[in-house]
Amino acid sequence: MNWISNYVRPTINSLFSRREMPENLWTKCPECGTMLFHRELADNLMVCPSCDHHMAFRPRERFAALFDGGIFVEVKVPEPVADPLAFKDQKKYPDRMKAAQKNTGEAEAMLVAEGEIGRTPIVAAAQDFSFMGGSMGMYVGNAIIAAAERAVELKRPLIIFSAAGGARMQEGILSLMQMPRTTVAVQMLKEAGLPYIVVLTHPTTGGVTASYAMLGDVHISEPNALICFAGPRVIEQTIREKLPEGFQRAEYLLDHGMLDRVTHRRDLRDELISITRMLCGMGPPVKGDLPAPVGTTEGDDTKDAAAKPDGDDAG
Amino acid sequence: MQNYLEFEKPLAEIEGKAEELRAMARSSDSMDVADEAAALDAKASKMLDTLYKSLTPWQKCQVARHPDRPHCRDYIAALFDEYTPLAGDRNFADDHSVMGGLARFDGTPVMVIGHEKGSDTKSRIERNFGMARPEGYRKAIRLMELASRFGLPVVTLVDTPGAYPGKGAEERGQSEAIARATEKCLQVGVPLISIIIGEGGSGGAVAFATGNRVAMLEHSIYSVISPEGCASILWKDAEKMREAAEALRLTAQDLKQLGVVDRIIAEPRGGAQRDRDAVLNSVRSALTAMLKELSSKSPKKLIDERRKKFLKMGSKGLAA
Repeated sequence: MNWISNYVRPTINSLFSRREMPENLWTKCPECGTMLFHRELADNLMVCPSCDHHMAFRPRERFAALFDGGIFVEVKVPEPVADPLAFKDQKKYPDRMKAAQKNTGEAEAMLVAEGEIGRTPIVAAAQDFSFMGGSMGMYVGNAIIAAAERAVELKRPLIIFSAAGGARMQEGILSLMQMPRTTVAVQMLKEAGLPYIVVLTHPTTGGVTASYAMLGDVHISEPNALICFAGPRVIEQTIREKLPEGFQRAEYLLDHGMLDRVTHRRDLRDELISITRMLCGMGPPVKGDLPAPVGTTEGDDTKDAAAKPDGDDAG
Repeated sequence: MQNYLEFEKPLAEIEGKAEELRAMARSSDSMDVADEAAALDAKASKMLDTLYKSLTPWQKCQVARHPDRPHCRDYIAALFDEYTPLAGDRNFADDHSVMGGLARFDGTPVMVIGHEKGSDTKSRIERNFGMARPEGYRKAIRLMELASRFGLPVVTLVDTPGAYPGKGAEERGQSEAIARATEKCLQVGVPLISIIIGEGGSGGAVAFATGNRVAMLEHSIYSVISPEGCASILWKDAEKMREAAEALRLTAQDLKQLGVVDRIIAEPRGGAQRDRDAVLNSVRSALTAMLKELSSKSPKKLIDERRKKFLKMGSKGLAA
């Protein structure tokens, strides 16, 4: 970035904000400090163009960039009991939920969808870190089970994008019980002989890492994502030692054998297409941006046929 | 020498006084303190009853962590015969915080696996305070697999503050090890019975406790996070552990109501730490009953039922 982008853009921003424009047109890259215009950032899949820092990618935006023509059909998630423990800390849990819903415009911390990527039918689920830290409670458990059941029903691979601080404490033991529940979901896929791919995004920690996020057939992570069971602060307090640079980051886990790949977001879609097609015994993919498939509707049988090894997958 | 918990202080005073009186009486023949001491004993006994009838969740945490409670080792020694420890994960090491091996329960061969916290400074360090590393979970996976292949029921005794948060543990895949252990629990075609004997700490406990039957001792706890940890995150103050313990619903009684545990095993008056034989006996009869419930089921049925049980868990919530 030159002096113009560093200097002129913030000035323009302040001019615009005086004219009552939305305030979030500009984002400062937390890594290199560059001011980034929202459209430029969105076009670059929320990756800083100057330092390649991967910022949070909300599920809807991620799916819009992932699925052919940005078209996907949401898979319905069964509603769990709201506030099962009547939990109250400094705030009541229902109040925290309302605030999160208002801030994010989403009902909960996971979005499940079906659609095609490179003309490959898949089911995908993405966790929303901006919704109470992506935390795993009954809803996220239900979402993963719904995603697995739908994938089994349609005989499609499942791709999960994980991002979470861990279990949702406000649901107490029931959040912990999502570890076995989501593990059962993964078993359903494995028994049906369907690929289960996990994309671990920043951050994936705690009970989420210790259940469905570490049980994939293939583990891919985005660069520099924090992936751990216990967070670095907890470990530092326990062992009273400073942790080395890059500890528990994606590249570190790759080195320690916990991941298959660390992949830049711009290459992720092609890679997922390749992997799922090869695992499903389908022909080589058609590369590049594809228009939305014609007549995509929920449960469209002609599309599902492509997931079968002998299916016609020319698209 | 009895170790008193903080909330037992008034009790300690009375019992101390009674003890003092008796000591004085022993040193001089002329004194007769029998009546007075008996009165104090009665008072203490009544106080113990009242205290333990209405323990708060935080007090339960303290009881669950009581150093004098019987630990995994004690249960194995008392309830099983021919215990033959099996060691190692065949990859890296043997984790001493996890005990496990072949044993006979009432003549029947079983695989017993559990967390051991240790009982004095030396053994606590050796056992890493019951906090397992990946090797511990991988050892458990190996033993569960072995049990499944030879049709032996698996009994797990859960007593851990949680998985160990250390550098090496993370490097060697703590998360993956826990996830695989939970997965293994769901796969074994033999009865899997888990008993939470003290502390059921988060993922470190789930990895052993995804069973056909999960039982809890009356004053044990089972939680997604320790009350201290929860308080420091949600209240930004670790001293609010009382409130956190309350909110988390981590007692055996609440978890039974939530359908997370199947059975509560009664503890003797004043907790397991006051009468080891009594608690060992109640665990023995609970284990006998649970094994009997499951013994005639086919491997497929055991796996199916276990899955269904966890899938439907939480569908009701607490009827608060």
